Amino acid sequence: MALVAEKGAAVPAHDPMLPRVARVRKRQRDLADVWTLNLEMEDGEPLKFAPGQFNMLTVFGVGEIPISISGDPAQDGGGLVHTIRDVGTVSGALARLGPGSAVGVRGPFGTSWPVEEAKGNDVVILAGGLGLAPLRPMIYSVLANRKHYGKVALLYGARGPGEILFRAELEQWRRRLDIELQVTVDHAETDWYGSVGVVTTLIPRATFDPQNTVAVVCGPEIMMRFGAAALRKAGVGDQSMYLSMERSMKCAVGLCGHCQLGSAFVCRDGPVFRNDQLGSLMTVKEL
Amino acid sequence: MNADRARTSQMITLEMDGLQALLDALAKRGYRVVGPKLRDQAIVYDDIASVRDLPAGWTDEQEGGRYRVTRRSDDALFGYAVGPHSWKRFLYPPIQQLWRARHKGSAVSVTPEPMPSERFAFFGVRACELHAIEIQDRVFMNGEMADPHYKARRANAFIVAVNCGTAGGTCFCVSMNTGPGVKQGFDIALTELVEGGAHRFVVEAGSDKGREVLAALPQRAAKPEETKAADAVVAKTASSMGRTMKADDVREVLMRNLDNPRWDDVAERCMTCGNCTMVCPTCFCMTVEDASDLEGLETSRSRRWDSCFTMDHSYVHGGSVRASSKARYRQWLTHKLATWVDQFGTSGCVGCGRCITWCPVGIDITEEVSAIRNSESR
Amino acid sequence: MEGLERIVREHPFFAGLKEGFCQLISGCAKNVRFEAGQYLFHEGQAADQFYILRSGRVALEMSAPTRSLTIQTLGEDEIVGASWLVAPYRWGFDAKALELTRAISMDAACLRGKCEDDHDLGYEMMKRFAPVLIQRLQATRLQILDVYGTRS
Repeated sequence: MALVAEKGAAVPAHDPMLPRVARVRKRQRDLADVWTLNLEMEDGEPLKFAPGQFNMLTVFGVGEIPISISGDPAQDGGGLVHTIRDVGTVSGALARLGPGSAVGVRGPFGTSWPVEEAKGNDVVILAGGLGLAPLRPMIYSVLANRKHYGKVALLYGARGPGEILFRAELEQWRRRLDIELQVTVDHAETDWYGSVGVVTTLIPRATFDPQNTVAVVCGPEIMMRFGAAALRKAGVGDQSMYLSMERSMKCAVGLCGHCQLGSAFVCRDGPVFRNDQLGSLMTVKEL
Repeated sequence: MNADRARTSQMITLEMDGLQALLDALAKRGYRVVGPKLRDQAIVYDDIASVRDLPAGWTDEQEGGRYRVTRRSDDALFGYAVGPHSWKRFLYPPIQQLWRARHKGSAVSVTPEPMPSERFAFFGVRACELHAIEIQDRVFMNGEMADPHYKARRANAFIVAVNCGTAGGTCFCVSMNTGPGVKQGFDIALTELVEGGAHRFVVEAGSDKGREVLAALPQRAAKPEETKAADAVVAKTASSMGRTMKADDVREVLMRNLDNPRWDDVAERCMTCGNCTMVCPTCFCMTVEDASDLEGLETSRSRRWDSCFTMDHSYVHGGSVRASSKARYRQWLTHKLATWVDQFGTSGCVGCGRCITWCPVGIDITEEVSAIRNSESR
Repeated sequence: MEGLERIVREHPFFAGLKEGFCQLISGCAKNVRFEAGQYLFHEGQAADQFYILRSGRVALEMSAPTRSLTIQTLGEDEIVGASWLVAPYRWGFDAKALELTRAISMDAACLRGKCEDDHDLGYEMMKRFAPVLIQRLQATRLQILDVYGTRS
């Protein structure tokens, strides 16, 4: 299988398993179990990245996990902004790190969102849950170069009103006239005035020309599968749809074998895949 | 015909003293010489200094889930197939320290583990194993990211190959086109001739390094009948393979059978112990482990061999992607024989038969493939 | 009356419907409006009509003693209500206008009668309703999966 998703910046040519030391500059609580950490390299070197790429973050003595970059690529510290859900030993330890704490950083790794390919097209950004975080650098990038894109729709689905990520920022984007923002939740009580329904229901409500649209999708795998199906139904081709996959990763450089998905190493050939390259990989059980 | 004659003219013959001189020459050049040795009722790879360390007169009986060493009727030094070890344990050690971090107050300094300086001479590398090393070279050195530890060990290694004189009960290198004769990838290659009380080795160099080492040994030019006898040894081994596997279209067969009920069948037998992945000379999966001393003054990371048969291998938050043993066996087999080809331009299987022999329940990769293949014609 | 027929003819839900059928069903249609907070109907009431939303938003609600849930919100061009199709023709939830909402209300008894009289019309209506039902069933399945929840 040829995998041709856009290649991001490469890591320095030293030992790919060796982390560099960074410090927590700022820690902000986004949701009950979600935190955003802004890091700073000890050597002061900024980390250049392309939207969609990820870093491997180490809590010394605890372990290392892949975390996508959620910062602004146009800003110096953007490559060291990470939004983390406290779900395991390492992510929990990361989420608890206070300002000044040391973090090991390797990266950035992997393929990126089609920021360039999407130029001249309408852009549909379909995000679910925490999937908004890896898409945020793409949103920043599109908004910063707004005139290069056609219509832009950001369609976001969350579990409930209390689990909407980056709420303040969403409010800012909602006020812009050059982006169509729609938010829906799966579950709500009647005091929620916003939309209720799965994120796919937003697709027919959005305005875009399916023939000239690039869609980027990020969220839980099952949400991406149904999101891709709904986009296809709306007339968007698989070759114009990009999804970001998640698998177990230990090395991030295609050597440890953990992240295999069919022929692909998700760390190296992904995480961003064009949907026609994924083919049936998402529908074969336990692949 | 001319090429044959040219080859013959470069072949030399060593007697037992010549073989010992070869071991000595390697040791003298600073190599850590590793070769086959009888230990714990198996033929394993370990440090050797003398031809007397080699398992003279021993052979092995191998079947699905079965391995026994038995006596031969002669004193052959290489009269057996491959055992539970492969050279991967030296080029890609089961545990490798990656770095250490020192913590002093809030300061942290990360120090990479020094590159290995050890120079190995592998003594008695089989054709299938040469192919396995070549495959791991592609995995660890030919991608965008090289493994510096592997690369350093590999660059320093000296390889003395040996043509197989005995096919094991689970061997199928002929099917995989990886043996039993060695063709390339060695510094020196031996063929053992044991007949009528004479014990000789027909030897050729495969590199300048090999030629240089050979030049200083007590030797004579190989006689035409000796090279002929050496060729006959390989031909005889090739004709007595324990197993076969039709390999030309196996990738396509497996990839269109991801839903085949045979996976359920094999899952009934598979204990997901991971033995097959540990003995496989090409399996390369690893995981990392972090450690910390009690005071938290030093933390470190090491990597260790991992297996796609563990639940942890595919663990993402919430659970394992491949939770069933069916999915894990399928991952191993389809990776080895199918997706490996997409990833590295070669099959991941060299037909050494270790996974068959060392499977506690005798699951046979060749049998599983043919069962899936045959289910298509039903 | 002519205005209503044009609205029906031009509505995406009836796209491709024959001119004669458009006339026929327009006879069952009327324009309605609901203020924000006003209920279109309540659970258990007779499903005497369904609504095609022209503007505004409607929430479908279900109540339990301690909490009241919104199961879905619907907007412009979407359909509210399918219970009119299936006996015993009772609503299974409440429908409340979240904002000023304009809709076409279709008289269910009238439409059922016309569909019975002309099965071709009945088939055309079924072809339009079945995808809506399947899509909502699929959406419900996804909600049940609780995809954003962290499994423990």
